[in-house]
Amino acid sequence: MINQSLKQLAAALATKQISSVELTQLFLDRIKRLNPELNAYITLDEAKTLAQAKLADARIANGEATSVTGIPFAQKDIFCAKGWRTTCGSKMLETFIAPYDAHVITQFDNAGAVNLGKTNMDEFAMGSSNETSYFGKVKNPWDKERVPGGSSGGSAAAMAARLCAAATGTDTGGSIRQPASLCGFTGLKPTYGVVSRYGMIAFASSLDQAGPMAKSAEDCAVMMNVMAGFDERDSTSLQRENEDYSRDLNKPLAGLKIGLPKEYFAEGLSAEVAVVVQEAIAQYRKLGAETVDISLPNTRLSIPVYYVIAPAEASSNLSRYDGVRYGHRAAEYTDLLDMYCKSRAEGFGAEVKRRILIGTYVLSAGYYDAYYLKAQQIRRLIAQDFEAAFNQCDVIMGPSAPGTAFKIGEKADDPVSMYLQDIYTIAVNLAGLPGMSIPAGFANKLPVGLQIIGNYFDEARMLNVAHQYQQATDWHTKMPEGI
Amino acid sequence: MQWEVVIGLETHTQLQTNTKIFSGASIKYGAEPNTQADAVSIALPGVLPVLNAEAVKCAIKFGLAVNAEIAPRSVFARKNYFYPDLPKGYQISQYELPVVGKGSMTIQVGDEEKTIRITRAHLEEDAGKSVHGAQEGMSGIDLNRAGTPLLEIVTEPDMRSAAEAVAYAKKLHELVQWIGICDGNMQEGSFRCDVNVSVRPKGSDKLGTRREIKNLNSFKFMQQAIEYETQWQIDTLEDGGTIHQATVLFNPDTGETRAMRSKEEANDYRYFPDPDLLPLAVSQADIDKVKVTMPELPEAMKARFEQQYGLSAYDASALTASSEIAAYFVATTSALNGDAKLAANWVMGSVSAKLNEADLAFANCPVSAEALASLLKRIADNTISNNAAKQVFEAMWAGEGDADVLIEQKGLKQVSDSGAIEAIVDEVLAANAAMVAEYKAGKEKAFNGLVGQCMKASKGKANPAQVNEILKKKLA
Amino acid sequence: MSLTIQDVKRIAHLARIEVTETEAQATLSKLTGILGLIEEMQAVDTTGITPMSHSQDVTQRLRSDVITATNQREAFQKIAPAVEGGLYLVPKVIE
Repeated sequence: MINQSLKQLAAALATKQISSVELTQLFLDRIKRLNPELNAYITLDEAKTLAQAKLADARIANGEATSVTGIPFAQKDIFCAKGWRTTCGSKMLETFIAPYDAHVITQFDNAGAVNLGKTNMDEFAMGSSNETSYFGKVKNPWDKERVPGGSSGGSAAAMAARLCAAATGTDTGGSIRQPASLCGFTGLKPTYGVVSRYGMIAFASSLDQAGPMAKSAEDCAVMMNVMAGFDERDSTSLQRENEDYSRDLNKPLAGLKIGLPKEYFAEGLSAEVAVVVQEAIAQYRKLGAETVDISLPNTRLSIPVYYVIAPAEASSNLSRYDGVRYGHRAAEYTDLLDMYCKSRAEGFGAEVKRRILIGTYVLSAGYYDAYYLKAQQIRRLIAQDFEAAFNQCDVIMGPSAPGTAFKIGEKADDPVSMYLQDIYTIAVNLAGLPGMSIPAGFANKLPVGLQIIGNYFDEARMLNVAHQYQQATDWHTKMPEGI
Repeated sequence: MQWEVVIGLETHTQLQTNTKIFSGASIKYGAEPNTQADAVSIALPGVLPVLNAEAVKCAIKFGLAVNAEIAPRSVFARKNYFYPDLPKGYQISQYELPVVGKGSMTIQVGDEEKTIRITRAHLEEDAGKSVHGAQEGMSGIDLNRAGTPLLEIVTEPDMRSAAEAVAYAKKLHELVQWIGICDGNMQEGSFRCDVNVSVRPKGSDKLGTRREIKNLNSFKFMQQAIEYETQWQIDTLEDGGTIHQATVLFNPDTGETRAMRSKEEANDYRYFPDPDLLPLAVSQADIDKVKVTMPELPEAMKARFEQQYGLSAYDASALTASSEIAAYFVATTSALNGDAKLAANWVMGSVSAKLNEADLAFANCPVSAEALASLLKRIADNTISNNAAKQVFEAMWAGEGDADVLIEQKGLKQVSDSGAIEAIVDEVLAANAAMVAEYKAGKEKAFNGLVGQCMKASKGKANPAQVNEILKKKLA
Repeated sequence: MSLTIQDVKRIAHLARIEVTETEAQATLSKLTGILGLIEEMQAVDTTGITPMSHSQDVTQRLRSDVITATNQREAFQKIAPAVEGGLYLVPKVIE
C-alpha cells in the first residue's frame, strides 16, 4: 500500500479495499516506528488526523470523492494550518498555534485530503541540509549518517521512508529539488505565482514557491491539480485558467529538444553524479528526444545574486517576529529595545541570524546600490539567459545538485560551501521558472536527481517529460533498504 | 540680523474608505482595542497585502484636484524599523515612485495669493497606537488603526510664515473634504501635519537645517508650534549655537517644542520595493473614470460665482471656502430665483455669524437654505425690511416657525400703500416745520431727519424707498 | 568593502538582535566569507539594465473596498505573550 501511486490509492479507497482511516493509521504506525530516528515530523496530532480521515471516509461513501480524498499527505511546517502548531523549524514559533489556514492547506482540506502532520525543515527554510532546524537534524533514510537535503528535509525523509503518500514542500533556492535529488523522489517547483503563497511563512517573498514532493511525476500532477490556482489573497498569484496538469502525461517525446547548459556540467559537479545524469540524458535520446548544447553564461552569478536578494527580503520578512503579538518573548529584559534584541537573539538560530544580518547590511544606507540594486540587475541577466535558451530548446536538463547526500555536520560550519549546494537550482527561482528533480540513478548507493527546467507555465509538459522517463525506467520506485 | 523662516508640510490624511489599505478589516474609528486588527493588521506569519482599489481612487482624485501628474506606474516599498505599533517591522509606503507627482495649490493670506508647490503625494499605511498607563511601566498596543490608508501630501519648502503654513493646511483640509477623500476630523487624527521648519538670514538662498514638528492635529497648535520653533531656532543661532536635524514634539500645555528621545538615533530605513506587491498601474482610462466623479473644484466654482452671479472675488472666495458653505449658498440662491447678491450677503453675514457663535457647521444649520430663501424673498418683494428680516431670522433659528408666519405674527409687514405713506408724510411735514425750513435752506441732513421721523411714525413698517420718493416729491 | 566589528554591531542593532562580543567576532568572520562570495557581482557591468523585482511583468491587482474581516481578537490574543484589556502589552514606549 505504501508504494502505491496516488491514483492507485484513490482507486483502493473508492473500491473500499481500504478505508481512509485504515490507510491513515497505516502511515501513523510507520511514523511511530520510524520517525523517532529520522525526525521527519515536528508535529503530529493523531486525533486531528484521524478525524479528517473519518470525514474523508464519509465523503467517499457519499460519492463525493476527489482525486485525493482520504489520502494522507505530509505538510511542510511552513504552512499555517488552523489549530496546528506551525513552527517553521524555529524556536521563535515553538508555541505558535496557527489561527488560520494557508491557501495550500485549504486546497487540500477542501479536496478531502488528510493532514498527517507537519514536517521538519531548516529554520525559516534557510538551509540545504535540514541542520538549521530548532527541532533537530533529519536523517536521510538512504544513509542515516547523511543529510536529507533542505530546506524541505522533513518532507524529503518522509517521502523516502514512505511515511506519507506524498508531501508538500517549498522552494526558494532549491528546497524542493535538492532534497528530492538527495532522497530519491520526484519534486516540482512550479512557475512563481502558480501556487498561492498565502499562509506560507515567508522567507524570500519574490522567490518562494510551494510545490509537490511525490513518488512520481504522475503523483506530482495530481497534487498540482489540488495546489495550483488563482488566489485573490496573494497579490503575486497569477490569474490564469485552471489547468489539468495530467493532460499531457502520455504524450510521446519524439522531437523534444533538450538543452544541456555547459555551465551545469563544468567544474564543481561530482564525476559520479555527472555519469548518472549523462545516462539519463542518453535514455531521453532513446525516447526520441534531441539534445542541443546551450549556455547559461550567468549561472555562477546566481549564487551571489541569490545571497543578496534572499537575505534582504528575509531580513524584512522576519522583522515581525518581535515578541509582541505572538512567538517567543525573552523571559527577562530591561526595556523595549532589550526585549526586542533578546527575544530575537534567543528565538532565531545562527543561520537565520546570519542571513538577517547580511540582508540588513546589503539594504543599509550606502550599500543598497552596490548590493541590492546590482543583484536585481544581474537577476534580469540571468532571466534573459533562460529566455535565450528557450529559443533553442523545449526543456533544459542537468543535475539537481552538485553531489549526493553529504554527511551530517560536514558543511554545517561552512556557510559558503553549503550555499554552493544550490548552484544548479537557484537561477530557476531568480527567473521564476518551473523546475523539477526526478530520480535518475545512484552514485555510491546514494540517489542522484536529474533536474528538468521548463519555460514559464510549462509544468504540464515537464511532467510529461518526467513521466515518459519514469515509464521507461524504474529509478523512481527504488526504496532505501530496511525501510 | 533679519531672519526668514522656511516651512514645508507633510500631511497625513486618512482616506475615507471602508477597509484598510491592504486588507478587508474595517477602519471605523472608536472600536474596542484590536477588534479591527485582522490577520494582516497584526502581521501573522504568512499573511499578504492586497491593495484597496478605493484608496487608489482617492489618490487619483487628489492628484486631479491639485493639477498633479498621476504616475502611470508607481511602486510600494518597505520602510524598515522596529516599533511596537508597527506590526510587520516595516511600513508599506511609496518611496521612489509615488502615485501623485508634482502639483500645486493656491492659498490666500490676507489680500495676497500665493502658490504652494506640491512635491508629491503617496499612498501608505497608518501605524497602530500605543496606549499608556495600561500597567505600570508598560504600554498597551492597539492595532485597529494599523493599515488605515493614508495619503501623505508633501509640499516644497514654500511657506515663509506660520500664517502661510496654517493657510495652506486649512486650504488642504477643506480640499480633501471637498473631494470626499478624508473626513477631516482632526481630533480623531484623520488629518495630521508634520511641519519642517528652518530659518536662514533674510536674503540667503541656502536652506538652514530643519527640525520636523510631528503630528500637529490642530491649526491653533500648528501656529503656536511654528512660532515657538522659529523663535527657538533664531535664539539658538543668535546665541552662537547650531541647529541639529531632529524630530520634535509640540507640547500644547507649555507651548514648547522638544526633541523626541526615541527617534534620535540615525535612522536607516533600508527601503526596498515590497516583493509582496506588484507595481501599481494607473491608466488614462482609470483617471478619466475618476474624473467624471469629481465635484467642481473650489477654484473653478469661485470663478463661476464671479461670472455667473456677478460676485466680487472676495465674496466668491468666502462662499467657496468649504463645500458646505458653497452648497448652502447655491441652494439659497436657486430657491430665491437667482438673487445671488442678497443670498451672498446673508450667508456670509447673519448665517455665518450665528453658526460661528453656536459652533455649528453649515450642514447642521437650524435654518435650511430653503427656509432662508423664503425669508429673503420677503425682503426682495418689499414685504419686510432688511432689519425686520433679522428679527425673523432669529426667531426661525430658535425654531419658532416659518418666515411668513413669523412676519405675520410679529406684524413686521412693510407699508407699501402709497396713500397711507402719503398721509404719514403729510403728518410729519406738518409737525416738523423747522426741519422743513432747514432743508429748504440747503441743509441736506435735515432730509434724513425727516425720513427718520416718517419711519418712526410708521413704527418702522413703511417702505423706506417709498418714503424717500414721496418726501422728495412733497418737498420739491 | 571589508566588514568591521563595528559594522556587525551596527547591523545587529538595526536588526534588533543582541550579539555578545564573542558572537560578534564569530559573526564577522562568517559574514566576511559570505560577502566575499557576493563580491563577485561587482565585476559585472550592469549599466542600463532595469532591476528585476518580480519574475512576471504584471501589475498590481486591486481589491474592492468591502469589509471581509471579522473580529478575531480572542483567537489572535490567545497566542500573544502578554495582553490586558484587549491590548498587547510591551515595556513602556518612550517618545
